[in-house]
Amino acid sequence: MIEGLLRELAPQVLTALVRRYGGFDTCEDAVQEALLAAAVQWPRDGVPDNPKGWLITTASRRRIELWRSDSARQRREEAVAALAPPDPDPAPAVDDTLTLLLLCCHPALTRPSQVALTLRAVGGLTTAEIARAFLVPEPTIGQRISRAKQKVKGTSFSLPPADERPARVAAVLQVLYLVFTEGHTASAGPAVDRVELTAEAIRLTRQLHAELPDEGEVTGLLALMLLTGARRAARLGENGTMVPLADQDRSRWDADAIAEGTALITRALATAPVGPYQLQAAIAAVHDEAASAEDTDWPQILLLYDLLRQVAPGPMVTLNRLVALAMVEGPAIALAELDAAEPPDHYRVDVVRAHLLELAGDREAAREYYAAAARRTLSLPERRHLEARSLPDMPGKP
Amino acid sequence: MKYLVLIYGNPASRSAWAGMSDEQKAAGLRAYVEFNDDLDGSGERIVSERLAAPELTKQVIVRDDEVSTTDGPFAEIKEQLAGFYLLECDSEERALEIAARIPEAPYATIEVRPVMGLTGDVDFDLADL
Repeated sequence: MIEGLLRELAPQVLTALVRRYGGFDTCEDAVQEALLAAAVQWPRDGVPDNPKGWLITTASRRRIELWRSDSARQRREEAVAALAPPDPDPAPAVDDTLTLLLLCCHPALTRPSQVALTLRAVGGLTTAEIARAFLVPEPTIGQRISRAKQKVKGTSFSLPPADERPARVAAVLQVLYLVFTEGHTASAGPAVDRVELTAEAIRLTRQLHAELPDEGEVTGLLALMLLTGARRAARLGENGTMVPLADQDRSRWDADAIAEGTALITRALATAPVGPYQLQAAIAAVHDEAASAEDTDWPQILLLYDLLRQVAPGPMVTLNRLVALAMVEGPAIALAELDAAEPPDHYRVDVVRAHLLELAGDREAAREYYAAAARRTLSLPERRHLEARSLPDMPGKP
Repeated sequence: MKYLVLIYGNPASRSAWAGMSDEQKAAGLRAYVEFNDDLDGSGERIVSERLAAPELTKQVIVRDDEVSTTDGPFAEIKEQLAGFYLLECDSEERALEIAARIPEAPYATIEVRPVMGLTGDVDFDLADL
């Protein structure tokens, strides 16, 4: 598929150009235009014998054109470099994708800018595709990308010093996870022209994992995406409604993704220092292993949440842990802990309280909290789900 | 995250504007141009408009397939919607910061409302409950 090939080649072509000429900003624009040209020409004329070479040559030419329209001063400075086309198929440096990801997730950029730049420069998506995927206007994404490129203009295209690397890699993981979540939790219905963000996030995380196979958290994130993404088909009901884990048709879970994710997380936990992504992946794996909701090893999940609470404490971890606690010790104990924690006034607290009350058999009170949560969520699919739960008993409700 | 920023004028803000000299008015409009350019630079302004006078409002009422249209001067309402911004920004904090910089803010009442989206939380999937 041409689209897939272009996305695969995009970061390779970009790094080839940046390594040859420098100037990430202009090179990135040139590659984007070469990709657009290929998307038009290849389906019509056929894929060239050396697609990567074609893209590099086209992007190099385009770069010269872009540069010609630039100022005369720059022209003099770049005159020599611009005239020599690069080797059409240079051997890629081993760490190319990593270097590119780290640059796109530079700490000087805001999170949405990091996301947009990563999807375009590493993912090879067009500005229009990114805009559609995030349901924002194209100029907004365009501005975000061009501002981001201005900000990282002076940054050298090389790996950051070793002492900065863990924090920088962590930022890349957050960006990739955000892209995944955007695709996973948004149930916008059948939007045919929307890029599959979950698949895109998994693809990019795979590339990162290939470069950093011993980084436990990279492996953990890839496993987490595979293990939660595996449930996607069962997660949404017929009308795009959310189906809770306990009610999901487990035969619709993706067994291959579960097998791959489980193998990855098993190896990571055995060989790398533990981290939050690995623990979340382990929790997802325990769910995925259960043949039915009743078979779920909740004590194991609770144990993992206890660990997660130590490694990466936070309000969401606290809430998720209470759900597991209720399954092990009973809803009354979980409710008591929820009260003792003096939770903030947030709709997610209402959701968990409602869930615990429902488990405790107090449906009346549960419905009230579901209704309160439904009013305050900012996600339409969540609101639909919570509204449904706030209604009096219907067939199919637990 | 999208936020709708609503700018409400009131009698005091309207008379403040009416009492300004042409130069002051021009300066006020320039402030808006600069403000908008700044937001366009960061890609945070999706759209913004200044609304025509409230007395030009029409009310459309549909009941039992009957459509009726009435003039709606609503003169008795002191606070009138005067304009709006639809923003795309990183956080509510940022939206509030932008809202406070609206040139009219010292005179008007500004409301910031989050827009419903389609995405849930990174760490909390309701389907996992």
